[in-house]
Amino acid sequence: MRNLANPFTLRERGIMGMNQRNFSYIGRYNDRALYPNVDDKLKTKTLALEYGIAVPDLIGVIRYQHQVTHVFDILAKHNGFCIKPAKGSGGKGILVILHSDANGYQKPSGDYVPKDEIIRHISNILAGLFSLGGTADVAVIEALIEFDPIFDGLSHEGVPDIRLIVFQGYPMMAMLRLSTHASDGKANLHQGAVGVGIDIATGKAKRAVQYDQPITTHPDTGKKLADIQISDWQQLLYLSAGCFEMSGLAYLGADIVLDKQKGPLVLELNARPGLAIQIANGIGMLPRLKAIEAMDRRRTKSIAERVDYAIKNFNN
Amino acid sequence: MYSRAPFIFFVLILVLIGLGSIYYRHVEMGVPLTAGEQIEIWQIEAQLEFTGNDAAVNAKLTLPTDINYTLLDETTASPAYGVHVLRDELKAEVIWSKRRVQGKQTLYYKASYKKAVNPGTEPAAQGSPELEVWPEPYQGSAQILLDDAFNKSGNQATLVLQLLDLLNSDHQHMAMLLSKYSKSEVLVQLMTMAEMPAMLVRGLVLEGGRRNQQLIPLIKAFINDAWQIINVDSATTLNDLPILVWQQDSPSLFDVEGGRNSKIFFSISKSSQSGLLEANRLINRDDVIDFGLYHLPIDQQNLFRGILLLPIGALVVVFLRVIIGLKCSGTFMPILIATSFIQTELVNGVIGFLLIVSIGLVIRSYLSHLNLLLVSRISAVVIVVIGIIILFTVLAFRLGLTEALTISFFPMIIMAWTIERMSILWEEEGGKEVLIQGGGSLIVAVIAYLMMDNVLIRHWAFNFLGVHCLIMAVILLMGQYTGYRLLELRRFKPMAED
Repeated sequence: MRNLANPFTLRERGIMGMNQRNFSYIGRYNDRALYPNVDDKLKTKTLALEYGIAVPDLIGVIRYQHQVTHVFDILAKHNGFCIKPAKGSGGKGILVILHSDANGYQKPSGDYVPKDEIIRHISNILAGLFSLGGTADVAVIEALIEFDPIFDGLSHEGVPDIRLIVFQGYPMMAMLRLSTHASDGKANLHQGAVGVGIDIATGKAKRAVQYDQPITTHPDTGKKLADIQISDWQQLLYLSAGCFEMSGLAYLGADIVLDKQKGPLVLELNARPGLAIQIANGIGMLPRLKAIEAMDRRRTKSIAERVDYAIKNFNN
Repeated sequence: MYSRAPFIFFVLILVLIGLGSIYYRHVEMGVPLTAGEQIEIWQIEAQLEFTGNDAAVNAKLTLPTDINYTLLDETTASPAYGVHVLRDELKAEVIWSKRRVQGKQTLYYKASYKKAVNPGTEPAAQGSPELEVWPEPYQGSAQILLDDAFNKSGNQATLVLQLLDLLNSDHQHMAMLLSKYSKSEVLVQLMTMAEMPAMLVRGLVLEGGRRNQQLIPLIKAFINDAWQIINVDSATTLNDLPILVWQQDSPSLFDVEGGRNSKIFFSISKSSQSGLLEANRLINRDDVIDFGLYHLPIDQQNLFRGILLLPIGALVVVFLRVIIGLKCSGTFMPILIATSFIQTELVNGVIGFLLIVSIGLVIRSYLSHLNLLLVSRISAVVIVVIGIIILFTVLAFRLGLTEALTISFFPMIIMAWTIERMSILWEEEGGKEVLIQGGGSLIVAVIAYLMMDNVLIRHWAFNFLGVHCLIMAVILLMGQYTGYRLLELRRFKPMAED
């Protein structure tokens, strides 16, 4: 029993469990009919453009198998790019190419990918290998994000992204996800990525965890994690709050990256965001969820009002 | 916000229906609660012998109407006789008839009885019977004996005990009465004089392996608002051996018109039978609303035996995922694996599963280099799985490992999907995640198998359909469980410390 937490202590600290998330928040607030808004990245992108939400540029879309070979016409105009399945989940099936040269296409790991491999990857995407339920899919090609120099030395291969939980349009909890050697460049915490809890009010790092255990430095680069201060934090909060109107989902995870030139961009939205963010922040999210649920006239508030509320109230 | 009341109400209704149906099946229909429960069945053969007078014969045998026993079946054996079994509310009898009979005749009546599951209560005695006064000095002696017993007793029950004591004592008045009347007659007379309803009946002591038995005289008395059978010879109201009251309210046990030298013998044999079979046999006959599946053809019954185990498996999966928080690949894949474990036995099943999946993964990793579309690749994996199964079956057969032949019971499409999922998981999340999810699936499958293979659970799942209402209620309740999962307590352990 020494390895188990006392459930009453957890409840007291407002930690939300998976069952409660599924039943009381996702099941209750997220209308199933709206899921395609976030599960289909192409649709998310279209919506984002309509609502003025900043997203990475769309280079091209491959819809049918016979178009696959034409992909190189599109790619020729761009040095680095990223191929994603529109309906992928959990970061599956994302192929990132940093630049292309005579040797072929180079991945962040430094390996070169032959043309065949790119054709096979796109075929897999179209066949639905990465999509939820194995349905046929389309491949989305996006411009590469040039990530902000503030993250130098903080990430191994992958792009660091900021996950915000937005409830009823209020940014409620945030975490910076840094890929590591152990996570193989992926930003999923259960695979060994580092989660850094970020103070909603200031954008400053609070604490960091890897494999659910607190750490102080990045395991690969040794850089101190407590010094992190995310730039453009206010703008990032506005961006995440706006995702509520855009998607219609009341309990939402927004994955945001910082581009060197364009600032914060919404990479993808998630209707079933995980719970690890609580461990990264060292606090439970239930008190904040309950505070928002208890508010009057919360639906009439503007984005600015909601962000102000979050900054004032979620500052610990 | 919505109200929980309709939900709670629905769950309550399910629980009530479930419990009600289980109660009905067990108490009213006698379906036993455990699988191997045996009940005792007595087969009684009455053998009626007489010599024909070269004339028409009507032979009548009174049949028992004892409500404490249930008649299971009856047959008669009597060459060239017309046979009628007459039964109504008051009496039951069998009548043999033949126009012309000569010489020695033997008629057989056979019946099987079991103890009634839920005997009704006999109507209470209607006042005390009329007293037939015996001639003196017997009536006087009887009065003295009764007064003696009455003075030494406090209530009806002790009075009966006193009378029985007297009956077997060497009291001089008793000796005189017994010189003219039988013990039973004396007791009935004494009880009637005491205004206790009592009557002479005759019954059969049910003891297996007895031949040439006769009915024994018994007294049926209404003591303390219930009918009791008193065996005068054993001088007790407690019956060690069960007694079937055969003759009651009818003047004669048997009656042969047109025959002489008539005699009757009974032989009794005891056998045990599955309580379940007997209960269901009765249901068929009574044609009441029943919740059993025994009317269906055997094929369908066997099909449902399997299908009705699935809710058990579903319950296990829901419990392990919602309450424990175990990860497994595919929601109900483990149940299907568990159903094949039932065919293969556990150890063979687990070995077979691991073999098929691991070899499948190796071949699948080659297929992934061929750059195939998803549907073709899965179809190819299906064929590979079939190939693996055939290979192992043939190999096992050649090596004489007959236990391993059951490997063919694995659902092939499910296995193919499992391999495909695991393979993708391996490519994307690494071998560790494959072990976690594969191991999780296997644990769920093994637990589900252990539940589904349990004799008692199988018995309940098929014979008490109400159990499924209860399972449904539990699953619905777990569907609204918002507490922590067991494994989350470990995951969030750092959050509970400071």
